[in-house]
Amino acid sequence: MNSTTVTLFSLLLGAAITLGASAVKADLRVMSCEPQWAALAREIGGERIKVESATTARQDVHYIQARPSLIAKLRRADLLVCSGAELEIAWLPVLLRQASNGKVQPGAPGHLDVSQHVPMLGASKRIDRAEGDIHPYGNPHTQTDPRNVSRVAAALAERLQQLDPAGADYYRARHEDFSERWTKALERWERSAVALRGTQIITHHLAWVYMASWLGLEVVNHLEAKPGIPPTAAHLAKLLHSLDRHDVRAIVRATYQSERPSKWLSERSGIPAIVVPHCVGSTEGATDLFAMFDDMLSRLLEAAKS
Amino acid sequence: MSRGICSVRVWLALAALVACALPARAQPADAAPESRAGWANAFNPSISLILQGRYAHLSGDDGHRLLPGFSLGEETGRGPEGISLGESELDLSANVDDKLYGFFNVAFTQENGESQFEIEEAYLQTLALPWGFTLKGGQFLSAIGYQNDRHSHAWDFVDAPLAYEAFLNSHLLDPGVQLGWLAPTEIYIELGAEILRGDAFPAAGAARGGVGTVTSFVKLGGDVGVSHSWQAGLAYLTADARARESSGDNGSSLLFSGDSELIIVDFVWKWAPDGNYRDRNIIFQTEYLHRYEKGTLSVVDSATVTGRYHGTQDGLYAQAVYQFIPRWRVGVRYDQLFSDNDVRGLPETPLHRHGSSPRRVSTMLDFSNSEFSRFRLQYAHEAGGLSGGHAIFVQYIISLGSHGAHQF
Repeated sequence: MNSTTVTLFSLLLGAAITLGASAVKADLRVMSCEPQWAALAREIGGERIKVESATTARQDVHYIQARPSLIAKLRRADLLVCSGAELEIAWLPVLLRQASNGKVQPGAPGHLDVSQHVPMLGASKRIDRAEGDIHPYGNPHTQTDPRNVSRVAAALAERLQQLDPAGADYYRARHEDFSERWTKALERWERSAVALRGTQIITHHLAWVYMASWLGLEVVNHLEAKPGIPPTAAHLAKLLHSLDRHDVRAIVRATYQSERPSKWLSERSGIPAIVVPHCVGSTEGATDLFAMFDDMLSRLLEAAKS
Repeated sequence: MSRGICSVRVWLALAALVACALPARAQPADAAPESRAGWANAFNPSISLILQGRYAHLSGDDGHRLLPGFSLGEETGRGPEGISLGESELDLSANVDDKLYGFFNVAFTQENGESQFEIEEAYLQTLALPWGFTLKGGQFLSAIGYQNDRHSHAWDFVDAPLAYEAFLNSHLLDPGVQLGWLAPTEIYIELGAEILRGDAFPAAGAARGGVGTVTSFVKLGGDVGVSHSWQAGLAYLTADARARESSGDNGSSLLFSGDSELIIVDFVWKWAPDGNYRDRNIIFQTEYLHRYEKGTLSVVDSATVTGRYHGTQDGLYAQAVYQFIPRWRVGVRYDQLFSDNDVRGLPETPLHRHGSSPRRVSTMLDFSNSEFSRFRLQYAHEAGGLSGGHAIFVQYIISLGSHGAHQF
């Protein structure tokens, strides 16, 4: 038994080393926690980087398993880009501890925490779990305001230049090009969004504060009575009752959230329930960051008209 | 492991320590919006307290069970009948600096009206060694098998699998050093080895000058599409036992001295539609344990009789847990043990009753109001020479303080 085990282990070790040696490092490897930061890294990094996202638009980023495949990805990453502010607290700390990769640990240049580079909204005054799954450092769903995207783009360009000095000019040029296009798009979005100012909406999760603050939307209530705790029948009934006092135009949810609570409320109130892209890939139209905000606005404007 | 029975004074001192540490959490929370204090280490260290309690209705014996065909460690059995406070666990952890991470936890239990505490894990771990190496030192749960390095609050059932009770005294926890290497590959490949003191079951007496247990393991894992993921492992342990004590029949005790070897094969498969675990998911988990022991056995009663003992023992369990709607899960687990022992010439011990294949079927239903609270109902039926027939458990597990992250 002893000798067979030893043989088996040496075989596996041999196989692992061969595989390891064949995985030759070519480009700068970027791993993002959420798809929108992967998309942004592609805008800035272009051909010089290889980007992978740990999650997809169909997944609730609060509830990700620290899967072996993610550990293997993080082991080889040169730069990690995450929303931060405890959004990934249920899984990212485990990945970081198991990935044996000093380059991406918090504090290292290879660790970009988005929440450190944008003004945070919605930090709870009352830090008590009775309030649900709250985030004491502010609401981490920062990507729904395009002005935040440009702030992160600048931080990302800076990190890429630092980590890959040979490509500094390349990254700088791509960032300038992106900024120019983004500024133009931002003007376009803001012009068309004037009509939305003051529009009242209900959202599934407390995940749209940045979008609401950017567009001047008024979030009247949430389908979740407390953040992170699934909507209950009692809360929805109360919500339905309170709608008379408001002029709510849309019930907004992200694609990974169950459609049942919004559908229930929509059928009884006549208010349209809509999916709004919360990240790249979350709707058919949201093929890249520009398309994501185009789609967001067209869906909101459509609902507000009705 | 050493289980220190502590006085009320130590308890109070620890409580005071926690009380001093807790108010400190409030400060960064208030300051956060302005200072944008970053990661989990803003609470330095992160503190979480896990409380468990249960009600057990047991038919058969009072829980100090003897598994036919096996000699057991002390942390086995079904626990007390009726209402009891389970293990309360206090965890403190933080990144020490940019290169090190530290973890400490104590388990408080109450037995026969007396408070006891036990230092479970107390280790430091490197975060940034080159080439994918990780070094861990201190006292920690061994990385062998799948379930071994999970704390009891993270288990999917109230109790450990029978095989873990029989082969590892519920879990292998011993001071030592662990070296791991993660391959830079697309597929997850981790190789590791541990040298442990050898005080903990199946070793005893810190033999070989205090390096009585040596383990090695390999873990593989990956995804199949976006909805499926898996992990498989193989581990080998060799331990030197010196006068390892177990309960025998009719109040006698058994002392084993010799070599113990263990192989564990484990496989875990998880599924969630689109990889979104929030609403629905399935976890399937199975392990097979094979042990070979050779040495001398003393049966200590009014007189002591010593003789040769060889044992070949196997155990397996398979379990599936299905979260069918958010917050609600059902699970089923099957356990079985096999043994073939040579104990000729010794007076009757549990090891003589080999071949009776103890087995158990457990079913459970649990509800989690949030990630921080879980309530569980479990029913188990035992057969194959196990003294109990049925067991019903009602359990709560709650977590206070910082948000712990769980491994795959």
